[in-house]
Amino acid sequence: MSRRLPRKDVVIVGFGWTGAIIANELTDEGLDVIALERGPWRDAPTDFPPGYMQDELRYRIRHELFLRPDQLTFTFRNNMGQTALPIRSWGAFMPPNGVGGGGVHWNAEMWRFLPSDFVLKTHLTERYGAAFLPADMTIQDWGVTYDELEPHYDRFEYLCGTSGTAGNLRGKIRDGGNPFEGPRSRPYPTPAQAQPFSHTLFGKAARELGYKPFPQPSGNLSQAYTNPLGLRLGPCTYCGFCEWFGCSNYSKASPQTTILPFLIRKSNFSLRDNSEVIRINVDRSGKRATGVTFVDSSGEEWEQQADLVILSAYALFNVQLLLHSQIGQPYDPVTNTGVVGRNYTHQTISSVNGFFDNKKFNFNPFIASGSIGMCIDEFNGDNFDHGPHGFVGGGYVGQVQTGARPIESTLVPPGTPSWGAEWKKAVKDNYLSTVKPGTGVHGSFYAYRDIYLDLDPTYKDRFGRPLMRITMDLKENEIKQNKFLTDKFAEIVKAMGAEKLAVQYRTAPYDITTYQTTHLNGGAIMGTDPKTSVLNRYLQSWDVPNLFVMGASAFPQNAGYNPTLTVGALAYWSAAAIRNQYLKNPGRLVDA
Amino acid sequence: MSEATQTTIRFRRRELLAGTAMLIFSATTVRAATIAGQLPWAPNAGDPPARVKLGPWEFFNGDEGRAVEALADCIIPPDSETPGGKDSGCAVFIDRQLAGPYGRQEGLYLRPPFQIGAKNQGHQSEKGPAQAYREGLAALDGACKQQCGGKTFAELSDDDRVGVLKALEKSELKLEGVDGKSFFAQVVKDVQMGFFADPIYGGNRDMVAWKMIGYPGARYNYLDWVSRHNERFPLPPVGMTGSAQWTRS
Repeated sequence: MSRRLPRKDVVIVGFGWTGAIIANELTDEGLDVIALERGPWRDAPTDFPPGYMQDELRYRIRHELFLRPDQLTFTFRNNMGQTALPIRSWGAFMPPNGVGGGGVHWNAEMWRFLPSDFVLKTHLTERYGAAFLPADMTIQDWGVTYDELEPHYDRFEYLCGTSGTAGNLRGKIRDGGNPFEGPRSRPYPTPAQAQPFSHTLFGKAARELGYKPFPQPSGNLSQAYTNPLGLRLGPCTYCGFCEWFGCSNYSKASPQTTILPFLIRKSNFSLRDNSEVIRINVDRSGKRATGVTFVDSSGEEWEQQADLVILSAYALFNVQLLLHSQIGQPYDPVTNTGVVGRNYTHQTISSVNGFFDNKKFNFNPFIASGSIGMCIDEFNGDNFDHGPHGFVGGGYVGQVQTGARPIESTLVPPGTPSWGAEWKKAVKDNYLSTVKPGTGVHGSFYAYRDIYLDLDPTYKDRFGRPLMRITMDLKENEIKQNKFLTDKFAEIVKAMGAEKLAVQYRTAPYDITTYQTTHLNGGAIMGTDPKTSVLNRYLQSWDVPNLFVMGASAFPQNAGYNPTLTVGALAYWSAAAIRNQYLKNPGRLVDA
Repeated sequence: MSEATQTTIRFRRRELLAGTAMLIFSATTVRAATIAGQLPWAPNAGDPPARVKLGPWEFFNGDEGRAVEALADCIIPPDSETPGGKDSGCAVFIDRQLAGPYGRQEGLYLRPPFQIGAKNQGHQSEKGPAQAYREGLAALDGACKQQCGGKTFAELSDDDRVGVLKALEKSELKLEGVDGKSFFAQVVKDVQMGFFADPIYGGNRDMVAWKMIGYPGARYNYLDWVSRHNERFPLPPVGMTGSAQWTRS
């Protein structure tokens, strides 16, 4: 039987961005808060100091900072007719682990979603008619609007010190920023990062083609910054080790750099690491959470009781915990009933590598940051007329190269042998003069009836629980969208002066071995109707009102942007509802 | 409020030092710690990577070592400016990787049943990289002996070695019990990885690969250079353990 820890007001499951935000907000209300984190304690001076953090083999290739699949993984198949097999080694995405979560090793690209993204179903139906959408597409409105989220976007941007150029300040379009963004109430807290050579070339080529390029908003800071909690960040040194790596320089926004040193001093907060929550407990009615059960690293089982349970693990693990705890009706794609596991999505990405004449171009491509880059937004969301194209959705495209770490960035032009003297010479000739934009085409991923999450019938985790099963493929709409965006992107890379292009489209079948960002979404989505959503507009469980579920698992479908800024804004939005409404009158914040 | 338990934290660094995060939940010295009141910072709590030990093979036997050195020189041939795969240490790199957690598939999900799936469902075998090398190298030498007058791969001339590998790549040469094309693709990937990884892991000796391409290594401050466009960065590479010039008299 489990041992019991002293009861708390609030237990937080998972201590990444959203766990840290909620902990700081609710301790401000005087609540006694404990956070439980599955992975180890981590901080910059001890775990990724500048002396040895720049280690591509250890952190990128061998996945040092990530969850190990033998601790927990998923099974995967493309469609319901296939047998799902376990993901034995990570590929398509990289689940985080440890204090700070994905906030430790992200690129820190800080995009807001478009106003139309939050009312997607209504917007597209009004503009193009319901018949324009594929019959099996299950997109929904979010139940929250851009205008409602704006103050929370602003708050998260200022917490992080975000570097960027505003494109829409209180409705006024400004040169140099993204003219398609929703109105923002304030400029970015710090100016945009400096851009290396190839990134500026992209900006120039895009401008000459009639686009309006702008610097990607960045959580790697252009200058020193003191945030509203009094914590200081230093200017980014463009070392090119952000994604997969921790920042040794206090330049990248993370829970460790922007919240934790402030939060840890509060006497009503504590954090337990190496403690994996295996179940959310509910009372006999099934309508009230009593706390959680977790297992520590010695295998001992504990119970933490609390009045309020905040689920703030990585998106997939939120859904998995709901399924294992039997909270909410599991989704069934055959009968189209149930909600938990519904509307699972990823990100539709591809890229174009450009090979330039090395006598004319030296990019020093290793000089970069994770969120540096010049982008255009003409083809995102519904920023253009989809009528002639026969698909919906879109994305930003840009030169967003995050560095040139040599194991992965020694590319050779198409047609070169993959080994031998010719390969060796081509690597030498091309390394400094190749543009490798990584996720240069960053497209939306909309939801479908038969793309979903449920429990696997065969494979088990180390506790004997079923693994969660991913049923996922790329549909014609996303493939068309990606072809369109990739071709537009290739035109710009060519206009930069590339002699040869390597164009990669995203195609079916969806491949679990190829990295496609860690932007997994849905499965526990927010909405306005308990029949089609797990959470109400405040991220509160429809079934268990003292349970709130943070994270991108709440996205009804994915937009053409990186998700973290929206994930953080939703956490602040939900925290405000808990502080201003729920605590005064604990119960459902929205009538079903 | 409980104090941060600094001793357990220090132990945890040791476990990570081995590069085996799996030990986090199997080692008895690692315990969950409650952190409150202050950040649990302790001096020298970091876990820098250990430099590979030079000396005899740790995983390969003599025949395997010779075969991998020969393979490394085919994949990255020496030229007048830059050493080949063998002299730059790529075989040592692979040997130490296979002898370590990577070779044993540590941390991967290895629960049965093992079923054959689609390629896009990923690796589905109990066999890890170490076993794949053991079987692949034996099958390669076996095929060479059979077809090239009793000679092992390492005993062939340079031209014959390249001929064998091209046949393997096109699936014209079959290896017994081993998918020769996939095995060779894995060797290519690993040799090139060793060539470009930090020299602390055994390959890229004296940072020869980084010098060849113009990568300045484990530096972390380019503030002065981010806005200097189309100018070649002037400084030589440094590894995690520094640069040879720093210590040579």
